[in-house]
Amino acid sequence: MNNLDDLYRRVIMDHYKNPRNRGSLEDGSVTVNLNNPTCGDRISLQLHIEDGIVKNAKFTGEGCSISMSSASMMTDAVKGKSTEEALKLAEKFSSLMQGNAETFDEYEDIEALSGVNKFPARIKCATLAWNALRKGVEQGHGRHEGIEH
Amino acid sequence: MDPITLKAEFPILHQEINGHPLVYLDNAATTQKPRAVLEALRKYYEWDNANVHRGVHTLGSRATDAYEGAREKVARFLNAGTTREIIFTRGTTSSLNLVATGYGRTVLREGDEIVITPMEHHSNLIPWQQAAKATGAKLKYIPLQRDGTISLQDVENTVTPQTKIVSVTYVSNVLGTINPIAEIAKIAHRNGAIIVVDGAQSTPHLKIDVKALDVDFYAFSGHKMCGPTGIGVLYGKSQLLERMEPVEFGGEMIDFVELYDSTWKELPWKFEGGTPIIAGAVGLAAAIDFLEQVGLEAIDAHEKKLTRYGLERLSAIDGITIYGPRTDRAGLITFNLGTVHPHDVATVLDTEGIAIRAGHHCCQPLMRWLNASATARASFYLYNTEQDVDRLAEALVKTKEFFGDE
Repeated sequence: MNNLDDLYRRVIMDHYKNPRNRGSLEDGSVTVNLNNPTCGDRISLQLHIEDGIVKNAKFTGEGCSISMSSASMMTDAVKGKSTEEALKLAEKFSSLMQGNAETFDEYEDIEALSGVNKFPARIKCATLAWNALRKGVEQGHGRHEGIEH
Repeated sequence: MDPITLKAEFPILHQEINGHPLVYLDNAATTQKPRAVLEALRKYYEWDNANVHRGVHTLGSRATDAYEGAREKVARFLNAGTTREIIFTRGTTSSLNLVATGYGRTVLREGDEIVITPMEHHSNLIPWQQAAKATGAKLKYIPLQRDGTISLQDVENTVTPQTKIVSVTYVSNVLGTINPIAEIAKIAHRNGAIIVVDGAQSTPHLKIDVKALDVDFYAFSGHKMCGPTGIGVLYGKSQLLERMEPVEFGGEMIDFVELYDSTWKELPWKFEGGTPIIAGAVGLAAAIDFLEQVGLEAIDAHEKKLTRYGLERLSAIDGITIYGPRTDRAGLITFNLGTVHPHDVATVLDTEGIAIRAGHHCCQPLMRWLNASATARASFYLYNTEQDVDRLAEALVKTKEFFGDE
């Protein structure tokens, strides 16, 4: 079960069982609803973006430990970051999922998800929240209402 | 029948996955192929391959004989009246779309009703949603009982003289429910409706007699019954198929083609536009031979026994939820393991060499009815053994421990 231990490190289970930033934001935020039609995971991400800064991020949703812990980490990591920094983080996360060694000094917990790349069927679980982030930032530029997916 | 001897006929099952002998329990998704089927495909391509219905040459005749011979085999297998009633398709989804489009959209008028159930696979649900939208017909659902079965009283209450089509699955791919098709057919016919049956999960496991069931259309896939992917069947009563319009036009399906109009071949070829799935039909015929040699009754009995054993072993696991009826059910068990998400369950099981399915099983409305966003499913076939069930149960206990689920 070595690979499994790598995959489900304590830090992932902690984020899964005690998710950070779970909930909804007030008006004035961007909402992105994304789901993974092949397995039923879904996330509703809300971002409060002001002057190019992600002031706050919250999510609700249903899914496995990988998708939900990834959402918990992502929302924590991007809070207070500029939208460019947030998008850079999303790029770095994609690279991590492709099996590249990446460090996340900004938010070290994310590195715990590196084991996911050994389980190809689970990569889309891990990237769901980050895809929602990309869409949210895109929409947040005009601060208009989010589109639904 | 002896599942261990049968297992020897399936080369793919003799491998290790993540350091453990493979236990394949995803048979409701697709089944593995015995040597006889693999050999038939190889022989066809190495010896007989040509296009059908047009070759004057020897290979053309051999390929045509093999293809039309497969149709005869399917007709006998289902106890259909004639080969005119057997249309080869890409699979159950194609078959059901063909009925919904070719028959449904031709016959349905505004105010007519289509009756289905909430346990339908998306492939027996969305084609009817679309047909209803296109024609102004109304889509109605027979409600489910709390145990995931349907009552004939509810069928009586839902089907009315306005109902033109009743379309139900024989066996639920999630609940394992076996629906009373012959009785539902009687109710449909009494109201002047036709009955369409999704046989994807029943044909591999039960003896099917379309005459005894008195169904009007019956759809199934080859790959869930030891055959290749990409081949399926639509059975239809010939008088209904005559009224039905082709959906695909082109080569193979025409009689005379003029500049501004054309006529179609007779049944069943008018529904088989383009070069057909010849090798697929040959493989399906070999799969039918294989299943008949084992015996459908024996397969059914083996799976029922295995399912009883599985229910007993899995029910003993603390915190497990098992869905569907407890008795009279098909060879699959859908469950959730406490608060552990089914994806996580499937990943842990995979590291133990056990293949199961996790997700919504192409049944989103049914998942909502079950109040589950996803479920895990173990499904059995003729090569599964009690040892496979033991390995599953043991791995599930390990999974619980791993996640520290209390």
